[in-house]
Amino acid sequence: MIPASFDYVVAESAEHAVALLAEHGDEAKLLAGGHSLIPMMRFRLATPTVLVDVGRLHDLRYIDADNGTVSIGALTRHSELEHSALLAESAPLLASVAALVGDPAVRHRGTLGGTLAHADPASDLPAAVLALGATIVARGPGGDREIAASDFFAGYFESALAHDEMIVEVRVAAGDGGWNYQKFNRRAQDWAIVGVAVADAGAGVSLVNMGSTPLRASAVEAAVAAGASAADAAAVAADGLQPPSDLNADADYRCHLARVFTERALKSAGVA
Amino acid sequence: MTMTDEPATAEQVSHTGRPRLRREDPALLTGEAQFIDDMSLHGEIWVGIVRSTEAHATILGVDGSAALEIDGVTEVLSGADLAPLWGEGALPCAWPVTDDMRNPAHLPVAVGVAKYVGDAVAVVLAESRYAAADGAAAVSVDYDPLPAVVDIEAAVAEGAPLVHEELGTNESYTWPLIPDPEAVDEAFADAAHVVSERYVQQRLIPAPMEPRGVIAAPGVANGELTLYSATQIPHILKVMTAVTLGIPEHKIRVVAPSVGGGFGCKLNVYAEEILCCALAMERGVPVRWTEGRSEAATATIQGRGQVQHIELAADADGKVQAVRVKLLADMGAYLQLVTPGVPLLGGFLYHGCYDIAHYSFECTSVFTNKTPTDAYRGAGRPEATYAVERAMDSLAVAVGVAPEEIRSRNFIAADAFPYESCAGLVFDSGDYQAVLDKAVELADLETVRAEQARRRTDGSNRQIGIGFSSYVEMCGLAPSRVLASLNYGAGGWEAATVRVLPTAKVQVITGSTPHGQGHETSWSMIVADKLGIDPDDVEVLHSDTAISPTGLDTYGSRSLSVGGTAVFMATDKVLDKARLIAAHQLEANEDDLEYVDGAFQVKGTPAAAVPFAAIAFAAFTAHDLPDGMEPNLEAHVTYDPPNFTFPNGTHIAVVEVDTDTGDVAVVDYVAVDDCGNQVNPMIVEGQVHGGVLQGAAQALYEDAVYNDDGQIVTVNLGDYLVPSAAEAPAYRLAGHVTPSPTNPMGVKGVGEAGTIAATPAVINAVVDALRPAGVTDVTMPASPQTVWRAINEARGGAS
Repeated sequence: MIPASFDYVVAESAEHAVALLAEHGDEAKLLAGGHSLIPMMRFRLATPTVLVDVGRLHDLRYIDADNGTVSIGALTRHSELEHSALLAESAPLLASVAALVGDPAVRHRGTLGGTLAHADPASDLPAAVLALGATIVARGPGGDREIAASDFFAGYFESALAHDEMIVEVRVAAGDGGWNYQKFNRRAQDWAIVGVAVADAGAGVSLVNMGSTPLRASAVEAAVAAGASAADAAAVAADGLQPPSDLNADADYRCHLARVFTERALKSAGVA
Repeated sequence: MTMTDEPATAEQVSHTGRPRLRREDPALLTGEAQFIDDMSLHGEIWVGIVRSTEAHATILGVDGSAALEIDGVTEVLSGADLAPLWGEGALPCAWPVTDDMRNPAHLPVAVGVAKYVGDAVAVVLAESRYAAADGAAAVSVDYDPLPAVVDIEAAVAEGAPLVHEELGTNESYTWPLIPDPEAVDEAFADAAHVVSERYVQQRLIPAPMEPRGVIAAPGVANGELTLYSATQIPHILKVMTAVTLGIPEHKIRVVAPSVGGGFGCKLNVYAEEILCCALAMERGVPVRWTEGRSEAATATIQGRGQVQHIELAADADGKVQAVRVKLLADMGAYLQLVTPGVPLLGGFLYHGCYDIAHYSFECTSVFTNKTPTDAYRGAGRPEATYAVERAMDSLAVAVGVAPEEIRSRNFIAADAFPYESCAGLVFDSGDYQAVLDKAVELADLETVRAEQARRRTDGSNRQIGIGFSSYVEMCGLAPSRVLASLNYGAGGWEAATVRVLPTAKVQVITGSTPHGQGHETSWSMIVADKLGIDPDDVEVLHSDTAISPTGLDTYGSRSLSVGGTAVFMATDKVLDKARLIAAHQLEANEDDLEYVDGAFQVKGTPAAAVPFAAIAFAAFTAHDLPDGMEPNLEAHVTYDPPNFTFPNGTHIAVVEVDTDTGDVAVVDYVAVDDCGNQVNPMIVEGQVHGGVLQGAAQALYEDAVYNDDGQIVTVNLGDYLVPSAAEAPAYRLAGHVTPSPTNPMGVKGVGEAGTIAATPAVINAVVDALRPAGVTDVTMPASPQTVWRAINEARGGAS
């Protein structure tokens, strides 16, 4: 439970952070809330030689809404999403999901940008931005680029970010139509064994911990679009998926849970 | 609570029996309290331990060259290098339960063969904890794997690989308790109903908030040694360290600083303690080690680990005539301090709180290539209670009566106490039926059963289950001569000193060693009530053998009934002497005095009174004491109880099972406990809350999972599911008091009650919820997947 030795530098700005990443190459990692990275370092599952601390970039902590778009700074804490009145109105799924991440200590440290960049298929918020069809803004040495959430999660703990890019903002379309998040776990603080996020009355459906990345449940979305009932749409939720087996759930049980919670999420989101 | 020999007057406010905030908490909550890892000593060196990654393997070689390249790493030592430090001395097992028990030599660091994942195989010395960790990770050990013995039933099968080749068997001992075998056989032959069940007690990782830690500090000039350890047992540890390492006992001081919980796992003498002491004495510098959380999963003992076969023979009305139990108990690779005795602590209680005439218990304990087991909250008694309470529910089904009815038909009657059990114990006091009645009322059973029936009829996917657990446990292990008959290596007494200071403040020195229980608060309340002073004027000292040289420490819910009683009796002795001084000053006969509101007065004459403070000062100045009386006011008592105490209770769990997912939610939890008189009801409540959650944790969450190769896979608190406050049910508690006649305070103990009661209550509730679906058993922990598969299997579908 003792991490390997590493160097630590404090970034003064997003540009500075990106420059530091470019300078130190693959072995550098950004440190934001640290609640995913530091445990992995303590288990020596991650052994970065340099940590670039972006936790003091307070200008990247904001939630704004303008012209139907909600913009959230990458360093916004989960607890800020959870308690934002603006978000509760304009992107309630995100606020609701944030409230279910980890425990209060995690939510007060963890950041939206951090959890997306970490790309853990068992995390809650990546699935939420996926269901919402969010846009992720990454800053690199050459400036900013926009990445669709559906293109962002590249593999197991892998994102579309280059090693010298950092997330600066997440944008979602404002709206509160027909949403729900179902998180199934054994203890309140745990990752989801299976989670299902539904946005926009079933137009966006995503799955947590059902594969190597958070997954868009396209078959379910198509079924809903074609007018299927919640039960019928949910029946295809696990089709073609190869979820992991672990201490909490074998793959067949996970597939069963995905169907059960997709149906519950769709019904709660207003799909009959 | 009533203090029997000094009846309180109407004006005198009693502290005992009322909730009182714990004086321990401000320092703990503000971080001021010092735990081992908060300490540092000049010149200390750190130990990092290289642990076996194999369950069973020959150690072909230890290569420390890469570790020695690391900055701050000074030495790498193999088990063979270290062997001269302890010579023949092995880690002690203090409970050789049978004369022919097999107890293989257990060295602090393995030589030749590693016997479980986590077994220490080499040691790194370093200048910092970081260097020690890096160094340990860099040591390369060459293993030649041997077949591993993982499952206890497989361990006793013909041709099983052997954990200890030289023993020729994996069996450590067989311990029978069968007073009348023929009567048992007859009872089964004549029975109208026979229940026969097999239950598995999974292994549990104790996981106290603070893992272990050790600092051994030598006093080079005089050959002394101070051992700081996160231990429950500084006194026992001192004796054992002296015996194991040959250090004269009077040269050893053991200090337990603030200790963050133990649950039995710090009731031991561990390799790291002996290792640090031996190295400190050899090197002449402080040597320390702090356990990591993942390290603790295998380096610290685990709990439970049994396969139980229980049979009940009952007549047509469900009155049980005989109980027959065969147990296989998992010792792990070695016998730690009281490993072999744990199953025996349950071995007297498989008849539960029922009046059963005939008893047959036999335990066979086996070695496996896993971390040693030892005492864990309840130690044997939760296992016993689980088996009999699950079996009683099966009997209720067989007879066709409700679970509360089968219990009522079998309870030991309130007028039967003192009750001699079929296992040979004498139960002190109780009214089991009254306790159950209170629990039934509190649980509002009628309403819950109506809702249960409604959901069953509706085919709801949220089925309700009601689980009963009536338990009795034996606490305050004693008297010493009975422990001798069990081959237990220590006595059952406890020591206390009550010392009145010149200014009438009081020091209590206790041999009980708290690690979260709140002894300081409770002991001060006991003394304050007897002396008629404020509890804040009573200081309680403990946990340092230089301050409290005599004691047998804290485990098995013994502190209040044994250690608290010693404090109570020592205070009486102080009062006896104070009375003589007061009589002398008042020129009165001591028999004519009474102690009222903190002063001695001639009975009925409050005007002529000597306050306690005046007596304290007079005892100090010694200017005017009775002829021949020694100065000062101080008394020491070592109390050896005449019998165990027998706390008991009935708990009722109400669960809701999501039949779509297998998820179990405990929606109501009622606990009615009879722990005798209560000193601080707030502490009693806290013990029950924590205990119930720990018991429910075995039922629903916790499992030390090993794969077939003997690799443990639950080594962190993400995989090993210790529940948090969020998972705790909304407890509803009530008490029922039958004072224990065993001790003058009438107390019984409550440290383990919740843990003992909760596990069967929760599982009985889960099974009750699913009985209409055809489910008759659910293995622990009843995880959602396990429950879901049980439902599928009962429905005839794929499991």
